[in-house]
Amino acid sequence: MVMTPTAYYPTTNIKTSSWRTSKPVIDYSKCTRCMICWKFCPDVAIDINENPDYEAPADRIKKMEAPFIDYDHCKGCGICANECPFDAIEMVREGEDK
Amino acid sequence: MPTSIPKQELMMSGHAACAGCGAVLAMRYVLKALGEKTVVSVPASCWAVIPGNYPAEVLKVPMVYTPFAATGASISGIREGLDIEGKEDYNVVGFAGDGGTADIGLQALSAAMERGHNVFYIMYDNEAYMNTGIQRSGSTPFGAWTTTTPIGKDRTFKKEKKKVVADIMMAQGVPYVATASVAFPEDLIRKVKNAKEIKGPKFIQILSPCPPGWYHNSEDTIKVSRLAVETRVFPLYEYMNGKFNLYKTNKFVPVEEYLKIQGRFAHLKEDEIKEIQNFVNERWEILLKKEGN
Repeated sequence: MVMTPTAYYPTTNIKTSSWRTSKPVIDYSKCTRCMICWKFCPDVAIDINENPDYEAPADRIKKMEAPFIDYDHCKGCGICANECPFDAIEMVREGEDK
Repeated sequence: MPTSIPKQELMMSGHAACAGCGAVLAMRYVLKALGEKTVVSVPASCWAVIPGNYPAEVLKVPMVYTPFAATGASISGIREGLDIEGKEDYNVVGFAGDGGTADIGLQALSAAMERGHNVFYIMYDNEAYMNTGIQRSGSTPFGAWTTTTPIGKDRTFKKEKKKVVADIMMAQGVPYVATASVAFPEDLIRKVKNAKEIKGPKFIQILSPCPPGWYHNSEDTIKVSRLAVETRVFPLYEYMNGKFNLYKTNKFVPVEEYLKIQGRFAHLKEDEIKEIQNFVNERWEILLKKEGN
């Protein structure tokens, strides 16, 4: 992409994490890497880890691309937790996790 | 990856949309389908504030702000300008809300479609003027609460039916007209890609729920959007090359399911819900007949 000569300031510099009251936490031992959470994230705050090293419900899934949450930009809307067909995402209130 | 949705992200995180916004999802999917060679024109709408303050940029493609009524005129001009420069492979997209389409921008839209420019017009339908504080628009459905149709003692909720701009565009003879929903992104992306194959004006109406305006929980955005299709309140169809294709839902879901999870319909009484069900059934019959012809 050609940059314009004017100031370029991508919104990724703006951290919207302070907007949320609860945050999604992925339980990788339940996650089948279907990427439904990634698909429905309005904040583009779920990224794809191309070389994952997480737990998985089966060994062959371990090598598959996995979702991970960008806690700098997640606004905590909860769509991912609501849409996950395997209940692998839980909303945890900010400050109440270990 | 087990999904057909393109990986490339042309919309960045950190934008100023509310948590659980449907309009952002609509833009994200449309840009995924169209790719980098796209120019977006946005009138006054939620999408005019989502990028944030200058010099923040939320899209990785050029974005032009236009006056409220001028989206159609603006995309016509951008298209013709790009054609003269020999950039015919660029997609020009007008991305307007329902107020900027159904009410204020209708004449510019209708004129741009009539002149037949090779442009996309995407209407993200959140069923009121959400950016300025939930005022009623032509696209607000019957029975909805808004700040200009308050309930109060007199129960002055919106008494008029929703104006469906996609139907108007179809009547006008636009070569590609479709309705889509953020709950079915694969379908939405397929429709935008189908539209890309057509040289001429294209119109797509996307239902994009608004948690603060519709008074539902932010995590229910996709659920509400899916229910709108399942209850036939917002039927999905595609009109291409004179052929009309309606997405038929397999099972009957009463509109009550859709209405009860939204606070803007909380005041409705049983007979009013019945009335809405009748509207929905009537429109469904009309669409079924249209497909038969």
